[in-house]
Amino acid sequence: MRIVVAMSGGVDSSVVAGLMARAGHEVIGVTLQLYDHGAAVGRKGACCAGQDIRDAKRVADTLGIAHYVVDAQARFRDSVMAAFADSYASGQTPVPCIACNQHLKFGDLLEMARDLGGEAMATGHYVRRLEGPAGAQMHQAVDESRDQSWFLAATTRAQLEFCRFPLGDYASKAQVRAVAAEMGLGVAEKADSQDICFVPTGSYAGVVEKFRPDALSEGEIVSEDGVVLGTHQGIARYTVGQAKRLGNAAAHMVVKKIEPGTRRIVVGPRRVESLEVRLRDVNWLIDAPEGGISAGVKMRARDSVHAARVVPQGSGAMLRLDEPALAAPGQAAVFYDGSRVLGGGFIV
Amino acid sequence: MYLDANATEPLRPEAAAAAVAAMGLANPASVHGAGRAARKMMEDAREVVARCFGAQPVDVIFCSGATEANALAVHALGAGRAVFYGATEHDCVRAAAPGGGVIPVLPDGTVDMRALEGLLAGQPGALVCLMAANNETGVRHDMAAAAALCARHGALLHVDAVQAAGRCREDWLGMGAASIAVSGHKIGGPMGAGALVVSAGREVMADLRGGGQELGRRGGTPALPAIAGMAAALGGGYEAARIAGYRDEIEAFCLRLGAVALGAGANRLVNTSCLALPGVRAQTQLIALDMAGVAVSAGSACSSGKVAQSHVLQAMGAGALAGQAIRVSLPWNAPPEVVPGFCGAYEAMAKRALHGRAGCA
Repeated sequence: MRIVVAMSGGVDSSVVAGLMARAGHEVIGVTLQLYDHGAAVGRKGACCAGQDIRDAKRVADTLGIAHYVVDAQARFRDSVMAAFADSYASGQTPVPCIACNQHLKFGDLLEMARDLGGEAMATGHYVRRLEGPAGAQMHQAVDESRDQSWFLAATTRAQLEFCRFPLGDYASKAQVRAVAAEMGLGVAEKADSQDICFVPTGSYAGVVEKFRPDALSEGEIVSEDGVVLGTHQGIARYTVGQAKRLGNAAAHMVVKKIEPGTRRIVVGPRRVESLEVRLRDVNWLIDAPEGGISAGVKMRARDSVHAARVVPQGSGAMLRLDEPALAAPGQAAVFYDGSRVLGGGFIV
Repeated sequence: MYLDANATEPLRPEAAAAAVAAMGLANPASVHGAGRAARKMMEDAREVVARCFGAQPVDVIFCSGATEANALAVHALGAGRAVFYGATEHDCVRAAAPGGGVIPVLPDGTVDMRALEGLLAGQPGALVCLMAANNETGVRHDMAAAAALCARHGALLHVDAVQAAGRCREDWLGMGAASIAVSGHKIGGPMGAGALVVSAGREVMADLRGGGQELGRRGGTPALPAIAGMAAALGGGYEAARIAGYRDEIEAFCLRLGAVALGAGANRLVNTSCLALPGVRAQTQLIALDMAGVAVSAGSACSSGKVAQSHVLQAMGAGALAGQAIRVSLPWNAPPEVVPGFCGAYEAMAKRALHGRAGCA
């Protein structure tokens, strides 16, 4: 079978390429060039490709598979980085990895895989795809500490049908590294990637400043009854539920609301939890349950599971939580039935 | 199936033989007998190259390739002059003249002579760099007209003949050009040698002074095997009519499938076709053809292998097609089977990529 493997240059996707080649498939390795590395590190004359792209090419050479670098810079800038900044500017807390999966990996790249006559696309995500009676199902990875299903909840059923995630069955990353070493891949001991690849320094304010400088201009920190408690250096630096950077007057408080129009950060005593959470752009991996469905819900990447009732509403849904929980606008809420992903949407 | 001759022509057997014969020889600068034997081989090669371009042997400067030859021309001939280059010139020329002025091209890819005249009128005595044939489209400028324009305005003309050399007969020095850059591996020689050929007696200040080789115009021990191979390749002959026939057949077939041939209205190299398939990314086409065993190229690949948008096609005003074009360039030894072979692979690729897009232009 002809399989396109999304290769980032990391150990996970490298092993996936190796597994597919070993299984006798015709493997096409593709690395998306998401941003200009030379420009990102600010070194004049540096190549546009970073170490990750060179690593991916070496892995492909070692495995003896075809490999291509695809320019996805414009798409990444518009649909991930700019959207990331816009989200912060509107007082939300974005998840750029979901946008990248949605638009680039499972959008453009998957489309390209089809154009190339590929019969499937494999990635290095830690998640399982199981064949069910009504088509492919998405399940959490066997290694729960590595599970990435939350980041993949925007994957549509049609996309899921086309995808393969061989690492979801691995018990640990150590096992994956061992396979890489056995395959003779130079990346076997390579460090894990950053949380957000395009902010290697960990400070996302620079990205926001480039796309939305308005989101980094000064504003007021106010109490819920409108008393000004201090000033802040931009709403993009805050997330609902956050207790840091509020100053002495607002000590022991948390952010309850971010108002992009007035550039105000509204704070209050701890307890920002809610019982009802509205979601937009819900993607169902089962037939949308008309009367709602009981599920376990995660509202952050490393959240615990909250019991809830999920009721579809148009293209969105309403979450009714059994116990109040923190819901930050812009983050994803993903619904589970045990290990199975039922769907997910974005918190309004 | 190899259709990427503009990246490198397949090594000609006579070039390989000459290169092998030159391997292991002594340093041509040495004064002993072994050195003299090496030197003879190098001077023989110099005579062949000189004859081919209508120059005197002393005016042939061997170097590592076209990037170096073009840079040497820009630096040496452009010293103290304004430098202008065509909008579709190769990066090695554009990078050598960072402050250079750009001469626009017409939509068919040929240089805008009126614009050139305007530039020269404003800055007499400039250095003008133009390629005799474009690497991506095969488009050939009217070099005689450009040379005449330059002469009228006291300007020097440097000809980047990398793609044209060996494929079409044109006497650039006879037209009045000041210098010509050639590359060995683009004519079927080994990689690693090139030459800057200058008009009679023109002085050239070295970029690399080194040990004073090449009469002080290019330091460094010359790559004798590659140089001997380049000279042998120049004598290899080129069946232009046969290659043109294959190219035209391929192009006509692809046009019937909806492709657009960019630059086809101009005088072109006989082996090159720049084929845009509207709505299909160049990289997708390239990968699909590669997987079918057909080697072509697209745009200019950077060292990452990423296919960047072609500045050549953008300069021609190709718009979105600039990102949807592949370059098919037939090698000197293309067999007849290349026509049905390529056409079959192209048809399969185009039908799959365009499948399901009918109605959404």
